[in-house]
Amino acid sequence: MRSNTQASARVETPDTAVVRGPGDVEVWLSVNGAAHRLAIEPRVSLLDALRDRLELTGTKKGCNQGACGACTVWVDGERVLSCLTLAIACERREVRTIEGLADGQTLHPMQAAFIARDAFQCGYCTPGQIMSAVALLKEGHAKDDSDIREWMSGNLCRCAAYPHIRSAIRDVRDGKTGD
Amino acid sequence: MTITSQAPAAEVGAARKRKEDARLITGQTMWTENIVVPGMLHMAILRSPLGHARISRIDTAPALREPNVVAAFSGRDVADVQGSLPCAWPVTAELVMPAHPPLAVDEVCHTGEAVAVVVARDRASAVDALAAIEIDYEPLPVVLDLEAALADGADLVHTDQTTNKAYTWIFDSAQAGTGGAVDEAASGAEVVIRRRYRQQRLIPAFMEPRSVVVDATGDQVTVWSATQIPHVLRFLLAVGTGTPEHRVRVVAPDVGGGFGGKLQVTPEEMITYLASKRAGRPVKYTETRSDSLLSAHHGRDMIQDIELSARRDGTVLGLNVRLTANMGAYLGLVGPGVPILGAFMYNAIYKFPAYRFECTGVFTNTTFTDAYRGAGRPEATYAIERIMDELAVEVGLDPLEVRRRNWIGHEEFPFTTVAGLTYDSGNYEAATDRAKQLLGYDELRREQAARRASGDPVQLGIGVSTYTEMCGLAPSRVLGSLRYGAGGWESASIRVLPTGKIEVVTGSSPHGQGHETAWSQIVADQLGVAFEDVEVLHGDTRTAYKGMDTYGSRSLAVGGFALVNACKKVIDKAKPVAAHLLECDVSDVEFADGAFRVRGTPDGGRSLADCALAVFAAHDLPDGVEPTLDADDVYDPVNFSFPHGTHLCAVEVDTETGRVTIRAYVAVDDVGRVVNPMIVEGQVHGGVAQGVAQALFEEAVYDADGNLLTGTFVDYTPPSAADLPDIVSDRTETPAPDHPLGTKGVGEAGTIASTPAVVNAVVDALRPYGVDDVPMPCTPERVWQAIRNGGGQS
Repeated sequence: MRSNTQASARVETPDTAVVRGPGDVEVWLSVNGAAHRLAIEPRVSLLDALRDRLELTGTKKGCNQGACGACTVWVDGERVLSCLTLAIACERREVRTIEGLADGQTLHPMQAAFIARDAFQCGYCTPGQIMSAVALLKEGHAKDDSDIREWMSGNLCRCAAYPHIRSAIRDVRDGKTGD
Repeated sequence: MTITSQAPAAEVGAARKRKEDARLITGQTMWTENIVVPGMLHMAILRSPLGHARISRIDTAPALREPNVVAAFSGRDVADVQGSLPCAWPVTAELVMPAHPPLAVDEVCHTGEAVAVVVARDRASAVDALAAIEIDYEPLPVVLDLEAALADGADLVHTDQTTNKAYTWIFDSAQAGTGGAVDEAASGAEVVIRRRYRQQRLIPAFMEPRSVVVDATGDQVTVWSATQIPHVLRFLLAVGTGTPEHRVRVVAPDVGGGFGGKLQVTPEEMITYLASKRAGRPVKYTETRSDSLLSAHHGRDMIQDIELSARRDGTVLGLNVRLTANMGAYLGLVGPGVPILGAFMYNAIYKFPAYRFECTGVFTNTTFTDAYRGAGRPEATYAIERIMDELAVEVGLDPLEVRRRNWIGHEEFPFTTVAGLTYDSGNYEAATDRAKQLLGYDELRREQAARRASGDPVQLGIGVSTYTEMCGLAPSRVLGSLRYGAGGWESASIRVLPTGKIEVVTGSSPHGQGHETAWSQIVADQLGVAFEDVEVLHGDTRTAYKGMDTYGSRSLAVGGFALVNACKKVIDKAKPVAAHLLECDVSDVEFADGAFRVRGTPDGGRSLADCALAVFAAHDLPDGVEPTLDADDVYDPVNFSFPHGTHLCAVEVDTETGRVTIRAYVAVDDVGRVVNPMIVEGQVHGGVAQGVAQALFEEAVYDADGNLLTGTFVDYTPPSAADLPDIVSDRTETPAPDHPLGTKGVGEAGTIASTPAVVNAVVDALRPYGVDDVPMPCTPERVWQAIRNGGGQS
C-alpha cells in the first residue's frame, strides 16, 4: 500500500533510510535481461523470488543457510548466494541465473565443458557450480588446480564430481572446446 | 532400407556424453520441488525438540486461525488411519518392532520426530502457523549409549516395550558347515588380535532435500517424490493406506542424489498423503536442510568388536565379529538388514578357515538408521582391512604381504567363502600390482623410512585397502532366506516403434547414475540401432510398472541383464519377420552388426526398422506371427556380483597440529566390463569422496539430551573441492563370467574401499608414536590426541 510512494522516494533520495514493508511492496527485478515487477515482502530472498515468483527454478535451494552454494547466481556480474540476498536489495542491479547463461540455443562454453567432462552426476548442484565456475574465471581465480579448488570450495557436490568440474574449468580457461 | 555389411561401432565401452545432461546444465530439470499441481497447498511439519518425551497435550486448533491456513492436525487426529511405517527386513522371527506412526501420537522417541502439521496456501504461512500449535511435553529419560541401552534396568527408548534390544543375528561357519569354529581357531593361534572399532553415525546428505507432492483428491492417488524407490513406495503406500494398488501412481522425477538416503518409505511421504486426504487438495512438502539432516535416516553407527586369530607367518585362522548396531528409535525400511549385508563381507577377499558373526541391533532415542552408500559392506571392509594392518604389524610383515598370504588366488575362482558366498571371479594380484605401480609404493616406503629416521614432524603414512563387495542385489531366494520382504529381480521392456525408434522401460530408478545413457548404449549394440534412437523411460509406475528400483549397485548388474534378455527376445521376434522380408526360411536368418541377413549373404540385409514397419502394417505377415516386436524380461540373478580392487592412500600427518593431508590416492577397481568409462570414473570419484569423508570429516553428533548438534552443513561437513585429493583411478577388467555384459556394479565400490585406506594411512604414519588407532573421523584434534596419548588400543 505504501510501497509505490516509498519506492519512488528512494529513487529520488537514495541516501535516505526508507522503511519499506512489512507487507508486500513493489520491487523491480531485472533478471537475465528482462524486467519484472513483483509485489513481495521485503524479507523475501532473491532465491525465493526467483524460484517461487519468477518460476526460474534452475537456481536451487540446497540449504537456505549459505553453506552449500547451490543457489549461486550473479548480481551485477558478481557471484552471490541468492539465499542470503534479499530480492529487494537487487533493485536496479542485473541478476543472471543459469537460465540466462546460454546464448539462445548455443550453450555457454562452461555448460558445454561440463557435459564434455561429465562434471556432475545427479545435477542438482550443477547450476550453482556453473555460475560459480564462470565467475571464477572472470575473477582470475583459476590459475591452477589449487586455486580452483579453493575458490570453488563454496559449492558442495555430494556426488563429488569435483575432479571433472576442475577439468571443465581448465578446458574453458585454456580455450579448449569439446573433447 | 538395404544394409551393407558395415559393422556399427560398439557403443558399450565408449565414453558417451550423457543424455541426461542437457536439461541439467540449463536449469530445466523436473525436480519434485518444481512440480506445481493446480490447487496445490503447502505443508509444514512441527518436529519434536526433545529426544524422548510424552505428549501430554497438543492442540492444533490455534493454527487454524492463522492467515492462509487450511488444515492443521496432529498424530492424535490421524491415529486411527495413519498406520505404521513399514520395516521390510525383519531379520529374525523374534525381532522387536515398535510401532512407527508417521506422526507421533503419545510419545516422541527422537529429536525431529514429526508431531503435527499445518497445511496452508503458501509455504511461509504454513511455517509461520506452526508457532501457534500448543503442545506440552513431559520429558522422559533419553537413551543414547548403545551399551548402556543393553544393560539390565536401562531406561527404555519406547515406554511400551520391555527391552531396547531389537534383535540378535548370528552366523557361525561351524554351524553353517562353511568352516570351522572360531574358538578352536583362537585357542590354537600364535597370534590373537582384538580391536574395537567405531563406525560413527553418518548422514547421507543428498544435495536435493526430500520433497513430495501428493494428490489424493480423487480415486487415483498420485505421488511425486524424490525417492530412489518409486515401485516399493507404490506397493507399500497401497498396502499401508488400503488404496487399491492400481489406483496408486508414484513418480520419481529427476532425483538429486540418494546414496541410500532416499531408499526409504518416509514419514513425510505418508504425512503428505494424510494431509492431501484431509484437505481434499494436492499438497506439497519440501524439507529444509536442517530438517533433512535431523530427520532423514542416518547411516552407519556401530560398534565393532573384532578378534582375529593367526599364525606367526600371517596366516589367519579365524575371525570373530561382534557387532552392536544402532537402529535409532525405529526400524527403517531395510535398517535391521544393513549390518546383515555386512555379515557376508567381513571375511572379504580372504580364505579364512573359521568365522563367526553376531550382530545385536539396539534402539536409542535418535533418528533411525538405514542404508547409506555401501550399507553394511563399508563397515565390514573397514574392520577387516584395519585389523589386517594390525596383524601385519604384529607379525612384522608389509600390509600387502599379509594380505597376499591370505587372499584367494585368481586361479581359485569360483571360490566359496567361509561366509557361504560363492565369489565368481576376481584377480586381486593384478589390481594390487597395478595400484602399487601407480602409487610408487616402494619409493614411498623408502621416503617414509627416511622421514621416520630424521624425526620429521610431518610423517608419511601409506594405507592399504584390498576389498571386494557383494553387489547386484540380489538373488530373490537369498533375500528370502534372510527374511527380506521382497525379491531382487529387475525388469526391462523394449518397445520397437513403427519407425524403428526404441523406447526402453527400466524398473530401476536412477538419481544421478546415468541410466539413460548406459541403457541406450547397451540397446544400441544389442539391436543395431543408433544411440540417439533409444529413449529410456523410468521412475513412473504408470510407464514402468514393474521394478525393484535403484540401490546396492544393482541397476546394471541385474537390470542390465534383463535389458539384454529383452533385446534378445526382440531379435527372436523379428527373425520370422525378417525371413519373410528376405524371402528365406527363418532358420537361414542370422542377426549380426545390426542387420538380419540370409546366412552366408553379406549384402541385402534388413534392419530392425524394416521389421518394425512390417509388423506395424501387418498386411502380409506369415500365419502365427504376432504383429509386434516388443518384448519384456524380468531377471532374477542367480548370484551376487563381486567387484573388487585395491586402493592405496598416502597421507602426510603434521604431528604438531594433527592435520592430515592426502598426498596421493590410487584406486584400481575391477568392476567387470565397463559400459561407459566416463560414468564409471565419476562413480569412483564420488564413492571415494564419501569414504574419505567418513575417514576424515563427517560425524553426526548428539548431545547428552539427544539434540543433534550437526544440523547444518556448517556442522555436518561433506567435503568441498578444497578438501579432496586428486584421485588416480584405473581399472583391471575381469568380466563377470555369468553376466551377458560381464558387468559387476560400481556405485558403492569407492565408498567401501576408501575409508580403511585413509585411516590405515593415518595410523601407519603414526606407528612410531605408538598409535594403533585413531577414531573416525580423524580430525586434527583426534590425531593430535592420539599422538599425545601415545597409543591406542593395544
